[in-house]
Amino acid sequence: MMSPLERLVYMANQIARNFAAQGLDVAALAVADHIAAFWDPRMKAQIFAVLEGGQGAGLEPIAARAVALLRDRGAPPPQSAATKKAGGSDAG
Amino acid sequence: MAWISETDLGTKAVPAAPLVTLSIDGAEVSVPEGTSIMRAAALAGTGIPKLCATDSLEAFGSCRVCLVEIEGRAGFPASCTTPVAPGMTVRTQTEKLTQLRRGVMELYISDHPLDCLTCSANGDCELQDVAGAVGLRDVRYGYEGANHLEGCKDESNPYFTFDPAKCIVCSRCVRACDEVQGTFALTVDGRGFASHIAASQDEEFLSSECVSCGACVQACPTSALIEKEVEKVGTPDTAIVTTCAYCGVGCTFRAEMRGEQLVRMVPWKEGKANRGHSCVKGRFAWGYANHKERILNPMIRETVDQPWREVSWDEAIAHTASEFRRIQAKYGTRSVGGITSSRCTNEETYLVQKLIRQGFHNNNVDTCARVCHSPTGYGLKTTFGTSAGTQDFDSVMQADVILIIGANPTDGHPVFASRMKQRLRQGARLIVIDPRRTDIVRTPHIEADHHLPLKPGTNVAVLTAMAHVVVTEGLADEDYIRARCDWDEYAEWAAFVAQPERSPEATEALTRVPAADLRAAARLYATGGRAAIYYGLGVTEHSQGSSTVIAIANLAMATGNVGIEGAGVNPLRGQNNVQGACDMGSFPHEYSGYRHVSDTAVRESFEKAWGVALDPEPGLRIPNMLDAATEGVFKALFIQGEDILQSDPNTQHVAAGLAAMECVVVQDLFLNETANYAHVFLPGSTFLEKDGTFTNAERRIQRVRKVMHPRNGYADWEIVQLVAQAMGLGWTYTHPSEIMDEIAALTPTFARVSYAALDEHGSLQWPATEAMPAGTPTMHVDGFVRGNGHFVVTDYVPTDEKTGPRFPLLLTTGRILSQYNVGAQTRRTANVVWHPEDRLEIHPVDAENRGLRDGDWVLLRSRAGETTLRAEVTERVAPGVVYTTFHHPETQANVITTDYSDWATNCPEYKVTAVQVSASNGPSDWQESYARQTARARRIAAVAAE
Repeated sequence: MMSPLERLVYMANQIARNFAAQGLDVAALAVADHIAAFWDPRMKAQIFAVLEGGQGAGLEPIAARAVALLRDRGAPPPQSAATKKAGGSDAG
Repeated sequence: MAWISETDLGTKAVPAAPLVTLSIDGAEVSVPEGTSIMRAAALAGTGIPKLCATDSLEAFGSCRVCLVEIEGRAGFPASCTTPVAPGMTVRTQTEKLTQLRRGVMELYISDHPLDCLTCSANGDCELQDVAGAVGLRDVRYGYEGANHLEGCKDESNPYFTFDPAKCIVCSRCVRACDEVQGTFALTVDGRGFASHIAASQDEEFLSSECVSCGACVQACPTSALIEKEVEKVGTPDTAIVTTCAYCGVGCTFRAEMRGEQLVRMVPWKEGKANRGHSCVKGRFAWGYANHKERILNPMIRETVDQPWREVSWDEAIAHTASEFRRIQAKYGTRSVGGITSSRCTNEETYLVQKLIRQGFHNNNVDTCARVCHSPTGYGLKTTFGTSAGTQDFDSVMQADVILIIGANPTDGHPVFASRMKQRLRQGARLIVIDPRRTDIVRTPHIEADHHLPLKPGTNVAVLTAMAHVVVTEGLADEDYIRARCDWDEYAEWAAFVAQPERSPEATEALTRVPAADLRAAARLYATGGRAAIYYGLGVTEHSQGSSTVIAIANLAMATGNVGIEGAGVNPLRGQNNVQGACDMGSFPHEYSGYRHVSDTAVRESFEKAWGVALDPEPGLRIPNMLDAATEGVFKALFIQGEDILQSDPNTQHVAAGLAAMECVVVQDLFLNETANYAHVFLPGSTFLEKDGTFTNAERRIQRVRKVMHPRNGYADWEIVQLVAQAMGLGWTYTHPSEIMDEIAALTPTFARVSYAALDEHGSLQWPATEAMPAGTPTMHVDGFVRGNGHFVVTDYVPTDEKTGPRFPLLLTTGRILSQYNVGAQTRRTANVVWHPEDRLEIHPVDAENRGLRDGDWVLLRSRAGETTLRAEVTERVAPGVVYTTFHHPETQANVITTDYSDWATNCPEYKVTAVQVSASNGPSDWQESYARQTARARRIAAVAAE
C-alpha cells in the first residue's frame, strides 16, 4: 500500500499521463489547472514540497512541470477568511 | 391525500391521433382515433364491466364481460378490443347485455369460492365488483360440478401468495409479466377446463424465473395473487404518493396505509419515471423500517472498544457539537469534515454540506458519488457543460439503437430495464459492451446484435476503436459537428482516433474484442438511426472512468446523437439520490449547481445568504480524508447515511483512517460496519418517515412524503439542524419546503423548483424554465449548455493494476437484483431468500484448473487482502475474469479491491482487481478477526434499573 505522500505523487503522475496525448506544454497546464481545482491546500503544499525536495521524488516530467507552474502561481494561503473564523489553526 | 382508488380506463391510451366522435349511451364522446370503446366510455364516465382488461396491458378480449351493442353491427363485440369509429352509436347497458354478462359471471362464480367475507381481497376485488355491477343474484349451475376449488395455494414467495382456487384465468398476470416486466415467467398451462396459471415449468413461484416485481399481483383482479401483508393486516384505507429510496430510477409509489401501518407499496400509474411498474426492492423490500436491529436511541462512547451508551438527544447533539469544536480548536479548521448521503433527500444533503461549509468553515464535504458516478459529473460537464444525463426515461421508446456499456440494467435498474426491453421487443437494435454476458444480452424475445465481451479495464480502447471506425469509414455526422461543436477540436480528435494503432484490429489483442464484431457494432451505432447510450458503474469505476465518460460523449457528438429524443448519453445512477446529492453541492470543490468554490461571485452569494465568510479552496475527497487521518491531521468525520467501511475500496485502508480519528459520527438506521469505528451514533429516519425530494437519473425531482412518524423521533434534516444549532448556527427551518426554497434561491438550475411547483406538475426535470415549466426532458436541443460541444482526446492509459503469476485473474464487482448496495436495507428484508450470500462467479475452465466445483468455498486473494466465499461456476464470465457482489459484510468484497482510482475524480477502480482464487476450508484470518471486532463494537451497555 502506498503512503499518503507516495499516493499524491502517483495521483499527479496519473493525471499527467491522461493529458499526455496533448503534448508537454498543454498537458502541463491542464494538470496544473486540475490540481488547482481539485486538491485541497495541504495536498498542494505537500506536492510543492516534493518538487522542492530537489529530485522531484518520482514526479514525471509533465507532472513536475505542472507542479512548478502551480507553485509559481503562488501557493494557496493556509488560512482563508473562513478557516480563520473557526478560530483554529490550519491542519496543513 | 385521502384514499382514492386509481381509475382504471380498461385499455391503454393511444398515441396522439385525430379525434373521433361517437355516441355512447346517448352522450357524444370525442377520443383519439384507435381508442377502444371501453376506454372512450370510461373517459366519458361510463364504466363498462370488465375482468381481463386493465389499462396497463394490451386488450385481450377473453372474459366476455365487457360486451356492448353497436348500432348497425351484428352481435355483441367486446368493448376492449373494438376501436371507436366516427358516428358509431354504442349502448353499454341493455337488457340483453345484462343477461349475457350475468351468464358469463354465473360461469365464473360457479367455480369460485364463496368466501368473500373472509377473503383477503374483500372490498378490493374486481370479480366482486363486477358481480355486483351485473346484478348477479344466483348461479343456476350450482357449485357441485367439476371445479378448481381444491387447488393448492403457493406460498413460496416471501411477499405474495398464489391461490389457484381464486384464479379466473383472465391472463392479466401472464400479460403483465410479458408486456410490462418482460420476464415471460408465467403462462396459461393446459387446455380448456384444465387451463391454469403456471410459473415457469409449473414450478413454485420462488423457484421459477419470476423476479418478484409484483406486476402480476397488481394486475390480478381477484385475490388469486395478493400481498401477504394484505392477508395479514387487511386492505388499506389511505394512500400517499411518495418516491422509492432504492435505485436511481426513482419509481413513485402509492404507500397504501391502514392508519400508521404501511400495508403495501403500489407503483403509481402517473409516475413519470416508472409508469406504474416496480421491482422486488421498491415494491416489497421496505420491511427494514421495522427491523429489530434498527437503532432508535442516540448513543455515544469515548473509545470504539467501549460498549455504546444510550443517551438523550440533547446529550448526543451537545456532545457532537462540542467534539467538533474541540477538535477544530486543537488540530485546525480543516481537520474535520463530513459525508452526505445519496440515500437521503436533497434537503438533507444540502443541510449537511451547509453545516460543513457554514459551521465547520471548510469544504471537506464529499458524498458516495465519489465511489460511483463522480466521473460522470466530470466527463459530461467537460464535454457538454452539464453534469447530468441528457434524456428522460421515456426517450428510450424512440431509440432505434441501444448501446449498453458497463451497466446491467435488469439487475441494477430493473424498472427502466423493463422499458428498454419493451422497446427492444418492438425492434430496436442492441449492442452490449460488458465483460459479462449480462441477462439482457439474451432474454426472452431479445437478443443483442452485438455483445463485445471486453477485457476489464479497456473501455477507452474499445470506445476509441469504435470512434476510429466512425471517422475512418466516413460515418461521422459532419453537418451536426460543424453546427454544434468546435470543428478544430473535432479535427484534432478525429486525427487522433484515426491513427492506425487505435483501430479495432490493432487493439484486438488488448481488448479481447474481435475486430469484426467491434466494427459491426460501431457501424450499427453510427448508422442505425437514433442511437442511445446507457452506461453504469462499469464505465466509471475504473482508473480511466472519466476518460471513458468523455469517450462516450465524443462518440455521441460525432454521430449527432445528442439533443434529440431517442438518443443521448444516459448514466444509470446507482442510488436513489446520487444525482441530487451531486446537484446539492456535496463535492468538496463546488457549491450546489456545480459551481466551483473559487468562483467569487458564487461564493459571495452563499456568504451573503449564510452570513459567514466561506473557504475558497477545495476540500478533501473521501480517500484524501482517510489519508489525512492516517497522517494524523484529519480527526473528525460526520457521516450521514453511508457505510464507507463496506462500500469503499480497500477496507483495511478505510478502517485505518477511521481508527485514527477522534470523533466519528454515524447517522444511520442501523449499526452499520462504519459504526464499528464511531463514537457517536445518531439514529436516522427512513424515507417513509420524512418529507423531502429525491432527484433521479433523468434529473427528475420528485417528492418524498412522510407516511408515518419517525420511529427515532426526528427526520434526518431535523437532526442535522439540531447539530447546527448546537454549533451556534441560527437555523430555523420548520419544514423541508423551506430548505428547498433556499436551494432554489441560490441555485440557478433549481430556480423554479418549489414544493408547490412539484405538487402542480407531479415532478420537475431540472432545469425547469419559463418556456418549459415542468422541466427539460431532453438536454442540449438547441445547442450544448457549455456553448460548443467539446471533443477531448482520450488516450488509453492502462491501469496499473496488473495481472501476473501470483494474481492471474481479474475480479470485477457489481450488484444483483434482489440486493441493494451494501445490503444494509435489503439484507434486513425477506429478499435474502434470493441472495443470502455473495458468491464468486468463475468460468468453468478457471474452476477446472483450480479443482473447484460449483458451491465450493474458495479463497479470493488480491494485493490488498483476502476473503472467502463460495464459488458459482458459470459461463456468464469469460475465462480469466471472476465476479462477485458486495452486499454482505461477512464477505467484504472490498477487502480485495485496491486503492487505484480514476485519474480525474478518485472514483475507485472497483471493476479491475488482479486476484487469485484457490480452494479454501474456512474463513480468512481477516474475516475471523473482523467478526470478533464487530461483535465487540456493537455492544450496547445495559441501562441501569432506576
